[in-house]
Amino acid sequence: MPEQPIIRIEDLHFTYPGDSAETLRGLSLEIAEGSFVAVLGHNGSGKSTLAKLLNAILLPTSGKVYVCGRDTEDEEHLLDIRRSVGLVFQNPDNQIVANVVEDDVAFAPENLGVEPQEIRSRVDEALRTVGMYEYRLHAPHLLSGGQKQRVAIAGALAMQPRVLVLDEPTAMLDPLGRREVISTVERLCRERGMTVVLITHHMSECVNADRLIALSDGMVTADGTPREVFSQVELLKREGLTVPATVRLLYALREAGFDVPLDALSVDECADAVAALLLARGRV
Amino acid sequence: MESIIRTEKLTHVYSRGTPFEKTAIHDVNVEIYRGELVAVIGHTGSGKSTFMQHLNGLLRPDEGGVYVEGEDIFATKEATRDVRFKVGLVFQYPEYQLFEETVYKDIAFGPRNMRLSEAEIDERVRESARLTGVGEELFERSPLELSGGQKRRVAIAGVMAMRPRVLILDEPTAGLDPAGCAGVLKNITDYREATGSTVLLVTHSMDDAARIADRLIVFHEGTIAMDGMPEEVFSRQRELVDMGLDVPQSAAIADALRARGVQLPSSIYTSRRLREAVVALAKGVAPC
Amino acid sequence: MLKDVTIGQYFPGNTIIHRLDPRTKLILVIVYIAALFTAREWLSYGLMLAVTCAIVAVSRISPRTLTRGMKPLVFIICFTGVLNLFYTTGGTTLLDWWIFHVTTDGVKRAVMMVVRILMLISGTFLLTYTTSPMALTDGLEMLLNPLKKIRVPIHEMSMMMSMALRFIPTLIEETDKIMSAQRARGADFETGRLMERAKALLPLLVPLFVSAFRRADELAVAMESRCYHGGEGRTRMKQLRMARRDYLALFSGAALLAVVIVMNVYGL
Repeated sequence: MPEQPIIRIEDLHFTYPGDSAETLRGLSLEIAEGSFVAVLGHNGSGKSTLAKLLNAILLPTSGKVYVCGRDTEDEEHLLDIRRSVGLVFQNPDNQIVANVVEDDVAFAPENLGVEPQEIRSRVDEALRTVGMYEYRLHAPHLLSGGQKQRVAIAGALAMQPRVLVLDEPTAMLDPLGRREVISTVERLCRERGMTVVLITHHMSECVNADRLIALSDGMVTADGTPREVFSQVELLKREGLTVPATVRLLYALREAGFDVPLDALSVDECADAVAALLLARGRV
Repeated sequence: MESIIRTEKLTHVYSRGTPFEKTAIHDVNVEIYRGELVAVIGHTGSGKSTFMQHLNGLLRPDEGGVYVEGEDIFATKEATRDVRFKVGLVFQYPEYQLFEETVYKDIAFGPRNMRLSEAEIDERVRESARLTGVGEELFERSPLELSGGQKRRVAIAGVMAMRPRVLILDEPTAGLDPAGCAGVLKNITDYREATGSTVLLVTHSMDDAARIADRLIVFHEGTIAMDGMPEEVFSRQRELVDMGLDVPQSAAIADALRARGVQLPSSIYTSRRLREAVVALAKGVAPC
Repeated sequence: MLKDVTIGQYFPGNTIIHRLDPRTKLILVIVYIAALFTAREWLSYGLMLAVTCAIVAVSRISPRTLTRGMKPLVFIICFTGVLNLFYTTGGTTLLDWWIFHVTTDGVKRAVMMVVRILMLISGTFLLTYTTSPMALTDGLEMLLNPLKKIRVPIHEMSMMMSMALRFIPTLIEETDKIMSAQRARGADFETGRLMERAKALLPLLVPLFVSAFRRADELAVAMESRCYHGGEGRTRMKQLRMARRDYLALFSGAALLAVVIVMNVYGL
């Protein structure tokens, strides 16, 4: 049985009302259930617009977006589509609606008309999943940035979605908060089979993804595993995206005529490859 | 070297006398020298922002003092007011402080508050716009219409236009994409080259610090945990990670190579230096 | 300085007053006010005063917190007292000098008015001090629910109120930040004449409004993406449930009102 992609995008075009230029210019993608997909692109590449199209906050100008086989333009199933795709945004302050953590997490299931007892158990479970259960009675504005974003993730999880879309969730966080959020998201995907679409411009957050999609000017410019995409150094540079220092080092060695693999992404892999080269040449 | 800012036993306590009492910084003694580019690093809540707001008199210390060019900035009311123009402060997400009808007027706000002549104001606005890459064709536009990166540069220009002797920037690259980050960092180094000012860069991005700073001060739990040249600080990777900070990837690679027996000098912590050194090693030339 | 305002603040606690259903408390406050205005003579006043003190004691809100909250209202209280002192006629004349004319009735009325205002303020303050803002808006929404039948947008109003409460701390923090940033650019908020000061607020107000609109916009998108679609079909995680103590409290409130009415009739 061929697995049906959980998100299917067909020749998607989008123009904001009143704009002359298209923001998305013919996007076609399929995202497999349970995968961890990172979307990379500079500011203005259309990546945030894409996130809003995935749960019918925006509707395509032309082309189609299907979520779990359903057309997002199908108004009758609007709530079904939105509950299947949980969205987490950049600014944690502007997506928390209540002044107690657990009340905030309860917001989505309350909107969906879930039974009170069921809401309670969903809220507790979601908060435990992101490690914020002890903070359930706290006021959100007193939490750190990373904690607020975990509350926002719990708020989405309480809808029991099948896809979690995060739009630059770490842009406003410090390194510690960034680690908290990214490890939470990775765990959700690996341990619970949640489909994750992580939109970012931090290379380091994409390294563990199954698939990396680079977006530029509303079109896909690269699509593959992180190793495949990052080894396209020329392309990334042209698109104004930084290349990890590991790949840049290997690339420099290649340019100088040495045979090293370009896809050693992690620090250790890279160091192994370089050390092996130097050892072979008797330089260590 | 000539000292430009000195703090003595600087201590600040928030909400003193309430159950929320919290010591933000404690007994901080620092000396900043003229012309330095110092990165002040620490995670959120480490005290680095509190420290910085003392340097231009926005916060008053509970104990200790701040001396700018030898003068106690809290000695008189006038001294506290004057220091705002000597030590320019660019806050986090400064684009949210833009308010004038045009870009030109917004950049001119600071100089105007200094009661300079129109000619002087005009000269300063144009100079700082040039240094931050804000084109003159934008002068009559509303700052609210600009893109995020442009707004950020206009806001930074607004502080540079006051020609402070010390420029402090709090997380100037936060939320920008790689191209935007590189742009702002270049504005800062250009400004420093053109004016010879002292610059303090408050950040949690080690990559930014590695790229442009010549001295790093690391804050942790309200005190200074490390203070030294970048290579000294980056060689203490374990401690940095434990403090919730990152290490520049290139410094980590260099470290991993050393662990594998590769001879690399400790001064290597940027991507460019690392590439040059490794390629030279591979080619059989001794690294410099 | 902005943080010193205690009006409308909530002091968490676990006393019986805190645990009462917000609806009960809202009704009781109305009953309490009605009783206050029915009381006319010393005896009924004494009863109300005793009840007020008892509630304050049970709620464990320190009298100092209460009096601190009343500070901004001192002027109004004194003004009412003085007005009643001099403009009441009847009874024995105590003082008659120039335009001042004080009678025993005047003294009595002045004391009573001041005590009434103090009790009025204490009662309403106790409501907000012991009830979380969310519970208060929830209770209000449910009490006013019948008005939905005549198309009063009760759900929307209570949602707006709780959003406003949620964003007050965020906006206070933001105001503080923008103020510091503009001060660093030499803005002066403290000195100058009234017109100059009003003008000096522009660098604060413009960014504050721009940011508030941006926040509102992002919040709306975030709420929509979490399936918010108005009050229809919405459930609550925390059901408001009337317990025995609520019925008891309501009954006591009704009894108090009845007693005060009877006393009023008999002129006590």
